[in-house]
Amino acid sequence: MTAVAALETAPNLALRARWTTIDTLTITRRNLLVWMRVPAYIVFTVIQPVMFVLMFRYVFGGAIPVNVPGGYVNYLMPGIIGQTAAFASFGTAIALAQELQKGVIDRLRSMPMARSAVLAGRLVADTVRMFLTIMIIVGVGYAVGFRFTQGVVAAIAMILLATVFGLAICLIAAYTGLAIGDEESVQAFGLIWLFPITFVSSAFVPIRSMPGWLQAFANNQPVTYVIDTMRALAIGGPVQANLLKSIACLAGIFIVFMPLAVRAYKRAA
Amino acid sequence: MSEGSSGPAIVVEGLTKSFGDVRALRGIDLSVPRGTVLGVLGPNGAGKTTAVRILTTLLRPDGGRATVEDYDVVRDAAAVRRVIGLSGQSAAIQEELTGKENLELIGRLYHLSWPAARTRAAELLEQFDLVDAADRPSKNFSGGMQRRLDLAASLVGRPKVLFLDEPTTGLDPRSRLGMWDVIRSLAAGGTTILLTTQYLDEADELADTIVVFDHGQVIAQGTAEELKGRIGGDVLEFVVPDRSRITDAVAAIKQIGEGEPHVDSDTGVVSVGVGGRGSDALIEAVRGLDVADVATHGLALRRPSLDDVFLAITGHAAEEDGAPSGKRRGRRGRRGTNPDSPKRRAS
Repeated sequence: MTAVAALETAPNLALRARWTTIDTLTITRRNLLVWMRVPAYIVFTVIQPVMFVLMFRYVFGGAIPVNVPGGYVNYLMPGIIGQTAAFASFGTAIALAQELQKGVIDRLRSMPMARSAVLAGRLVADTVRMFLTIMIIVGVGYAVGFRFTQGVVAAIAMILLATVFGLAICLIAAYTGLAIGDEESVQAFGLIWLFPITFVSSAFVPIRSMPGWLQAFANNQPVTYVIDTMRALAIGGPVQANLLKSIACLAGIFIVFMPLAVRAYKRAA
Repeated sequence: MSEGSSGPAIVVEGLTKSFGDVRALRGIDLSVPRGTVLGVLGPNGAGKTTAVRILTTLLRPDGGRATVEDYDVVRDAAAVRRVIGLSGQSAAIQEELTGKENLELIGRLYHLSWPAARTRAAELLEQFDLVDAADRPSKNFSGGMQRRLDLAASLVGRPKVLFLDEPTTGLDPRSRLGMWDVIRSLAAGGTTILLTTQYLDEADELADTIVVFDHGQVIAQGTAEELKGRIGGDVLEFVVPDRSRITDAVAAIKQIGEGEPHVDSDTGVVSVGVGGRGSDALIEAVRGLDVADVATHGLALRRPSLDDVFLAITGHAAEEDGAPSGKRRGRRGRRGTNPDSPKRRAS
């Protein structure tokens, strides 16, 4: 137990940081292991987004007129990647609520480990999972006709933006999961807000096709900023204005929800 | 690790905690000598879990102080976490992972090297009779196995003080006896244990000393024998199969007992303390019930159980307590503890 003693009396921040990192990786590893063991999670994170791609591409796609090079599939893919990134947060909220309910978080909080590791490990694992999902969707997109047209750097930037966006939503979900703290309630209400903000955006249909009152919301909300930026990075268009708005919104989410999530974890009881 | 190892392992002085309007703890004092087992006995909502959560650094008290192995639970919380183990009301294990993986994970979080974590996991699986199940996902374990795994997880860091919050709630009788054996062997190994329970016989079986909690206060303290001594003699008990005749039965035996007879209207069990007048009281009861023409069965004298003690001290039976749970947002109440199910077993 000398290592444990060392953590608590760590004379320098470096050693503490090292243990925090190790604990975070241990929790990350556990979360990924759990994810791979549950078929439902695989379905949720892989099959469902793929079905979304196929349905929008072939069922709704023909009925949605868009004016972009490459047609609807090129319009759709950045939107569906953004939506998928946002919906990955579902797993974050449910897992934390479940762990809270089952007493797993109590156990971990009563142990001499880094307290930030549970939350950090959850976010790291969920980001890894989300990133894999995004890559799968990009692959499926390519199979059904989608193409990046702005070069490799822009493509990487798009995927990066989608990942950071997803992480921001995971952070909100981590807060709601811990604050609600009951798995069933989280399932029912915790993420219902994701539907309007992802669908009432430029993700799937051009905003000008919506009624005027809805356009006002759709045009001025973070998901539209992020997806318009992603779309510009993927298939061309003005990037800068939407990118700055996206960064501002994402930074705002991190600034507000990071402390809220940490506080909810500390208070979780 | 700590100095003055002759003092008590746990000291609690004037501990208070409220959740909004609910005063979960109203000034608790406790002292648990090293290497002994303290049984904290009380109904749902008595404040047992709140006390455990404060002692395990999960919750900050509003007032008073508490030390575990001489470390203050608020000021030296990190040090407290190094010397304690906690096993809560439900199995806090990762169900998708195997028994072995669960224990190795905890070992890693105690900063054991991988080989050391594996060795420790193997030791505990052996000790808790889980070797055969080591490589199975723990969601396929029986309830008793899950609780044993949970208890094993709380021992990975070789705690000096172990907190067991209702370790057998929800277990079938056989698993319960198995759990008792495990707890006894831990106690024999010198671990200080604080155990909460709603089962009066459990405290009787396992604890060196018992404190009785009710509405956030310690209402009685002593060994099981001392507490039983409060009843001062035998208990007369019988069942009235026809519930409508219970009132008549109570009237018939009223003069025989010491104090008010207690009636459990669900089971039809009527009991009353009869002091040292055992056989005489029995005969009088038979006569009285015969005259009143009340049919009964199972009429007998028995030694007092802790149930009777609880009744004598609080005036109500353990499971009839209607106090608010005092647990935040009722969340913990849903963790495997069903307040509607009778917790008290016939003893």
